[in-house]
Amino acid sequence: MAEVEGGCELFSAGHRACGGCGPALAARLLLKATGKNVIIAAATGCMEVFSTPYPETAWGVPWIHSLFENPAAVASGIEASLKRQGRTEKVVCIGGDGSTLDIGVLCISGAFERGHDITYICYDNEAYMNTGIQRSGATPYGASTTTSPAGSCSLGNPRPKKDMPAILAAHGAPYVATASIAYPNDFVQKVERAINTPGPCYIQVHTPCCTGWGFESGETLNMAKLAIETGLWVNYEMVDGRVEKAKKVSRKPVEEYLQKQKRFRHLFKPARRDDVIAQIQGIADANAERFGIDIKRKESSE
Amino acid sequence: MLEFMEGSHAVAEIVKRCRPQVIAAYPITPQTHIVEDLAQMVANCEIDAEYITVESEFSALSACLGASAAGSRVYSATTSQGLALMFEVCFNAAGMRQPIVMTIANRSLGAPLSIWNDQQDSISLRDSGWLQFYAEDNQETADLHMIAYKVCEDHDILLPAFVCFDGFILTHTFEPVALPTQEEVDAYLPAFNPYQRLDAENPLSFGMYATPEYYMEFRYEVDQAMQRAKQAFVKAGREFGEQFGRDYSALVEGYRLENADIALVAMGSICGTVKDAIDEMRENGRKVGLLKIRAYRPFPAREIADALKGVSTVAVLDKNISLGNGGAVGTEVKSALYGSGISVYDYIIALGGRDVRKKDIAAVVDLAEKGKGDMFYGLRTEVL
Ligand SMILES: Cc1ncc(C[n+]2csc(CCOP(=O)(O)OP(=O)(O)O)c2C)c(N)n1
Ligand code: SF4
Repeated sequence: MAEVEGGCELFSAGHRACGGCGPALAARLLLKATGKNVIIAAATGCMEVFSTPYPETAWGVPWIHSLFENPAAVASGIEASLKRQGRTEKVVCIGGDGSTLDIGVLCISGAFERGHDITYICYDNEAYMNTGIQRSGATPYGASTTTSPAGSCSLGNPRPKKDMPAILAAHGAPYVATASIAYPNDFVQKVERAINTPGPCYIQVHTPCCTGWGFESGETLNMAKLAIETGLWVNYEMVDGRVEKAKKVSRKPVEEYLQKQKRFRHLFKPARRDDVIAQIQGIADANAERFGIDIKRKESSE
Repeated sequence: MLEFMEGSHAVAEIVKRCRPQVIAAYPITPQTHIVEDLAQMVANCEIDAEYITVESEFSALSACLGASAAGSRVYSATTSQGLALMFEVCFNAAGMRQPIVMTIANRSLGAPLSIWNDQQDSISLRDSGWLQFYAEDNQETADLHMIAYKVCEDHDILLPAFVCFDGFILTHTFEPVALPTQEEVDAYLPAFNPYQRLDAENPLSFGMYATPEYYMEFRYEVDQAMQRAKQAFVKAGREFGEQFGRDYSALVEGYRLENADIALVAMGSICGTVKDAIDEMRENGRKVGLLKIRAYRPFPAREIADALKGVSTVAVLDKNISLGNGGAVGTEVKSALYGSGISVYDYIIALGGRDVRKKDIAAVVDLAEKGKGDMFYGLRTEVL
C-alpha cells in the first residue's frame, strides 16, 4: 500500500455519498493503492457527483471529469501528454458499470487497442444509480430496476451480466482483474499491480449499492462477501488473457444473497419463483465451473 | 516566399510550425489530407508530437481535452458528421476552458449524405463556446491558425477555436501560400504556458459538478471571455500584420464599401467570388460592396453595424440554414442592424456544394434591389 502522508486520506470524508456506499469505499481504497503520483479521469455517475460538488472536492489527487462516456479517451490524451513531457504520474480511469460496459465501450475499446499505459477501474454497482437505478449491461439476471422492473409479465432484468473483463482481455490487455470491496487488501494489491504493469489494464470491482439494491446501509460489506460466497461474483486475475488465481470458496446457495435484497424480492413474494432462483443458481454454478472456485470437501456434501 | 501548395498541406505545414505536442484526429472527407500529412510529418520526426490514432471523432476531441488539461498544446481537425459526433465534447471543452485549436474543413451535414461544402457543420456549434474564424483563401487559413492559438491560449481568454475553411473549394485547391519559417512562428507564438494543469504536485479537480448556485456564473464567465476575445483577436491580428505584413486586426472586413448602396455579407471562400462580381458590377456603375465576416464567434455585431452604416440594403449569403428560421448569419445580421432602417435580406445559397458563379451574385443583388429575399437562392424547381 502506498504511504498516505500523516495518516491523511487522499479521498477525504465529507463527500455526499449515501451512508454505506460501496463505490465510496472503492474510491478510498483506490487512492490508498495509487498514492499521490496519479491523475484520475472520471466518468459521470454517482461517484463523480457525490465527490465533487463545486466548490468542494473529495479528491486529494489531480482529477478530471469530462463526460459520461469518455474517460478512456480523456485518459489517452493525458497519457500522451505526460509521455511528451516526460512526467511520471500514473493515469487511472474510474467509471461506473453503465459508463464502462455500455456507453463508454467505444472509447475504452479504442484506448485498449491502442495500448495506452492506463489503468481502467470500473466500480460495478450493477445499474445506473445516479439517474435512479436503471439497468445496465452489468445488471444481473432477474434483478428489478426502474427500466427492467418486475411485473406481471416480467421477471426483472432479462439478461445476464456482460463479460467485460473477457472483452478487454481479448483486446490484448496484459492485466485484467476482478475484485470486491469485501476484500480490500486484494483490491489494493490488484490496483498496485495494474498501475505498475505497462499497457492498458482493467479492474472491475464489485461495489454493492445499498440504495439501488435495497439493503440496510450497514450490510454493504456483508453483501459484497455473500456475492463471492455464492459464486455470483468471482474474484480472479487474467494475465495476458489467461485466468490465474480465482478466489476459492465453499459456496452457499444463491438464495442467501438474493433474499436479502429488494431488487430480488419478486422472486420470493408474493409467490416463490423456484424456477428463476434455480436459473440464477445455474449462473453461479457455471461461474464456479469456469473459474474452478469450489473448495472440494472431503466429507460428503450437505 | 510564396509556394504553390494544396490548402490542406498548407494547414498541416502551419500546424507543424505551431508545435502541437499532442494531435488526435479521425479521417473524414474533405479533412483527410491534413491529418495524413501530419501523420507523415510525425512519422518522419519532422514534428515532435504524440499522434493518437483514435477510433472516432468523439474520442479525438476527448483525447485533446485530456492532453490539454495535462498541459500540452493540442490539435485536431474534422468536419461535418465528425463534428456532429463531437457535439457533446465541444460544449464540454469550452466549459472547461481548454484552448484547443481545431480546423474545420467545412462540409454539409446529412441527410442526405453529401461530402460537399457548406457551413452547416460549424455554424451548428455556434452556441458551444468555441471561437469561430472563417478563412477566404488558403493564405488566410494558414495565418488564422497561428492567430487562433495565440488568442485561445491568452490567459484572459482560455477558450477553444475552430479555424474554418471551405471543404474542397479550399482544402483541395492549390494556391500560392507564404509559409513563415519555424523561427518566425516561434517568435510570434510562444511555447504553451497552461494556466492550470493536471499535476500531482498541485492536485486540482477539473470538470466538477455545479449546483444551481454556481452554474450560471460559470456560463457568464465563458460569455465574458468570448467578449474579451474580440479585443484579443484584434491585438493578435495586428501583431501578425506587424510581423508578417498581412493584417488580420479586423473581425469584419469591408471590400469596396465606400459609397455603396447595397452590401453583400458573407463568410469564407465565397467572398473571393463576391469580390470579383463586385468589381464587374462597379464597372457597370452599380454601387455594391462586400462585408466579409472573419470572426463569427464572438459575433461582431457592433463592428457590422459600424461598417454598414452608409448602406440602404444588405444581402446576406448564408451557406447554412437554421431550418424553420432562415440562415443563421442573416438572422444575426438583422439583429445587429435592428433599428437602423437598413433593409436586410437573407439568401440561403450553395448548400451541399452547389456552385456559385459571379452571375449568381449579381442575381442576388438584383433580388435585394427589388426587395425580394429571405429565400433559397438557385433552387432547381424542376426537381422539386
Ligand atoms: C450522454 C449521457 N447520457 C446519459 C447521461 C445521464 N447519466 C448520468 S450518470 C448515468 C448513469 C451512471 O451509471 P453508472 O455508470 O453505472 O454509475 P453509477 O451512477 O451507478 O455510479 C446516466 C445515465 C449522461 N450524463 N450523459
Ligand atoms: S446510490 Fe448507491 S452508488 Fe450512489 S451514492 Fe448511494 S449507495 Fe453510492
